[in-house]
Formats: sequence, C-alpha cells, structure tokens
Amino acid sequence: MNETTMTDTPLLTAESLTKYYGARIGCREVGFELYPGEVLAVVGESGSGKSTLLKLLSGQLEPSDGRVLYRMRDGVTRDILTLSEAERRFLFRTDWGFVHQHAEQGLRMGVSAGANVGERLMAVGWRHYGKIREEAESWLERVEIDPDRIDDRPTAYSGGMRQRLQIARNLVTAPRLVFMDEPTGGLDVSVQARLLDLMRGLVADLGLAAVVVTHDLAVARLLSHRILVMKDGRAIETGLTDQVLDDPREPYTQLLVSSILQP
Amino acid sequence: MTAPLLSLDSLAKSFTMHLQGGLVIPVVSGISLDVAPGECVVLGGPSGAGKSSILKMIYGNYRADAGAIRVVDGPETVDVAAAAPRRVMALRRTTIGYVSQFLRVIPRVPALAVVAEAATAFGLSRDEAEARARRLLTLLNVPERLWSLPPATFSGGEQQRVNIARGFIADHPLLLLDEPTASLDARNRAAVVGLIETKKAAGTAIVGIFHDDDVRERVATRIVDVTRFAASAA
Repeated sequence: MNETTMTDTPLLTAESLTKYYGARIGCREVGFELYPGEVLAVVGESGSGKSTLLKLLSGQLEPSDGRVLYRMRDGVTRDILTLSEAERRFLFRTDWGFVHQHAEQGLRMGVSAGANVGERLMAVGWRHYGKIREEAESWLERVEIDPDRIDDRPTAYSGGMRQRLQIARNLVTAPRLVFMDEPTGGLDVSVQARLLDLMRGLVADLGLAAVVVTHDLAVARLLSHRILVMKDGRAIETGLTDQVLDDPREPYTQLLVSSILQP
Repeated sequence: MTAPLLSLDSLAKSFTMHLQGGLVIPVVSGISLDVAPGECVVLGGPSGAGKSSILKMIYGNYRADAGAIRVVDGPETVDVAAAAPRRVMALRRTTIGYVSQFLRVIPRVPALAVVAEAATAFGLSRDEAEARARRLLTLLNVPERLWSLPPATFSGGEQQRVNIARGFIADHPLLLLDEPTASLDARNRAAVVGLIETKKAAGTAIVGIFHDDDVRERVATRIVDVTRFAASAA
C-alpha cells in the first residue's frame, strides 16, 4: 500500500487464461495485471472457476490456453511455465506464499510449529539453529501465537492458531506474492475477525501483493483493493473493490451483493 | 479566477436494477461544475436528488455512465471516470479525501489507528500521523479513553467524529464531505465548521453536502442546486 512498493511494472500478469477439464470449462479467457502491494480478491460461488484460476496462476495447473507472466526478483518478466526447476523451487519456497483453506494442507502436522516456520528458512539457506529459532519465535509473536508454544505440533493447535501458523510459515521468507484460498473459510466468526485484521496489517506493512480467493464479500471488502467476479469460468466484472460492491453492474454481481445478510 | 482543481464535465449516472427486471433509475445527467482551490461548493437539493451519488462518483466509488471527472494531481490531470483502479487508489491516498456518511468499522482496529491510517497512506510519518490524530480527536471532543478502542461500540456521533478526523487528517487538495455534521451536537458542529474554514484557508477545494442550514450558510462559497441536473426518467 506504500507509494514505494507501487511500481509501474506488473508483478503478475494473467493473459487469457483458459482451462478445459475434458469438455467442461474450468476457466475461460481470464486476464488481469497485479502490481506490487495490490490485493486482488477473486469472488464467486462454488464452481465458478475461482480455485482453477488460483491453481493456474500459481503454476499448479497447466492452462489449455493463455499464460501467466511473473516478474522475477532480477526484474525480468518470465512465463512461469518456462521456468527451470530451480527457479520454480525458488518461487514456491521463497518468493511466493500459498495459504490454503485447510491449514493441514499447508503445514507439516508431524513436526513442531517452530520447525514449520524454520523449514522455509532452511530452504533458503539459513543454517544457524539459534537464529532460525529466534526468527521463528518472532514470527509466532507477529501472528499472535505465544512463543511458549513453539515446540508444540500444530495438531495441538486450534483451527485459528493453525491458520495463523500457516501464515507465519508463508511470510517468514518475505515473499512478494501470496495466494490465499478461502483463508477464513471454516473458522468461527470471532476467529475470522482476528485473522482478517492480522492479514490486513501484514499485507500493508510488508507491501505484499496477494490474490485472495473467497466467496465471502466481507472478506473481499476488508482485504482487497480490487475485485474480480467470476461466474461459469469467466471474469464477468472487475474494478475497485468498493466500486464493484457498492455499484455492481452485472446482474450476477448485483445478485451476489444483494444476497448478503445484514446482521 | 484560479484554475479549477476539480472539473466535472457532462457527468451522468443512472442505476440499472437487473433484479427488478432491468429497471433503470436515472440519478443525474449533464453535470458540469468547476471547483477551485479554497472554494467550498455545497451541493443543494432535496433528499434523493443525487447529491451523494455525485460525491461518490468523484471519489470513484460509483461509476459514471458518461462524462468526465477531471482532478488535478500535481503536474497531471486525471479523469476519475476513465482511470485505471490503481490510479484511483493513488488519488485517494494523496489527492482526494472523503468523509462518508457512516464510518465503516473494521474489527479490532482502535479509533486512533483508524484516523492515523489515512495520514500514513498520504505519506506522513507514523509519529506525525499519530500526533495529528490525537489533535483532531481532541478537537472533536472524542474522549481519550476511547482512542484505544475499536469504534464498533461507539455511539453514532462518536463514530462520525472519528470518521471526520480520518477525512481531515491528511492534506488532500480535494475534500469531499457527505453530511459530516448530520449526527453532531452544536459544539461539535462548530468544531467541524472550524476545520472546514482552516482547510479552505489552506487552499483545499471542498465539495460538500450539509443538511444543516446554519452550517451550510457558514461554510459555502456557493451553493449548487443539483435538481437542475436531474436526469429525466426516459
């Protein structure tokens, strides 16, 4: 969100991304640009193609057509499908984060919380045990986990704590781009609020770019600058988050916005 | 006459309600209006005339159907109606301030941080932002014991004063005020009038909506009746 993190070259560019599952369409001609420090929310109902899009963007699925461009740390923009194995590893371990809806998918449940955070540091060459532990402790504090719990396994954590641990694990290597798949899904409302506020603060402080998939428009409003509404695999409406939510144009977006229950 | 900071050119807006069979609700059309630095232009007209919609279009919160919204941003002039989302985001940080009718409460964020955030986004240091936030909250009579609390539990008037502090804290060259004095008592109305006078004197261009005749008379450089821009139901 800082002026300094906003540059004039996109960090991530999706060009006409299309994915067929046999005859079925997962995602159709989706394109956008994401700049450093920008948070894009991808909203829509189940089956709208949100998760397919996220997998295409993060190189976990190969598109049937179109491509994904990413500006590497050396400033060179590359097609992510043409990266070498070493470069892909660098992206996944360091420059990108991926926050899964189910923390169990993003954590190693059999090792301690400290090891979960430290592992990403070791992957980028940290070797000094004391320093790794110190950094892990500081990150646990940042995500509001008592450092006394550093040696506990995530199996002993509550759902909200696991999700915060997953975030710490992802952010410890100072990634520039984080993908989030329904990050607050399945959590109690009070736990959601804490997590959202935490993510909002971290994203702003670190100047992260993020793509957040959510079906929850309140999450989109709180976290994102821009929004992309998906239906039947297509991006049907896009714009500033408050603009799309307060002045929706498309019939489907109007339906989504008008369907929110006001407490 | 100083060159305008904001220039609306043949601006038009209607809402198409797809869930109501495509019903089109015309709001305004053919709005042309210039606002110079140091001016406070008050939008007048009855409720439903489209005053808030005009402010929301200038802020980029509502989309315009036709016309241009030109805002001078340093050496550049940006048309909000046509600008890319990230350009509008940058304008909101540095150039356009907006006090909405209601504060959008964020869970867990204390009042002081809600206010200071608008100043750090503008580019002020954390210390300066916090010092300004304290000064404004004091001036607007928000009790200090509330500053560290999230405004969710505040009264309507307290929330509105936090919102006003947030809108006034930065030095945006353009300030949009949507009924900032609506839920305030006389003492706080006077405080807001004082803030507006200070901004005007500093050369801020202001577009505002005020239901209170007394406040309107005191702050307005001129009053523009928006019913003359009423869109006809075609």
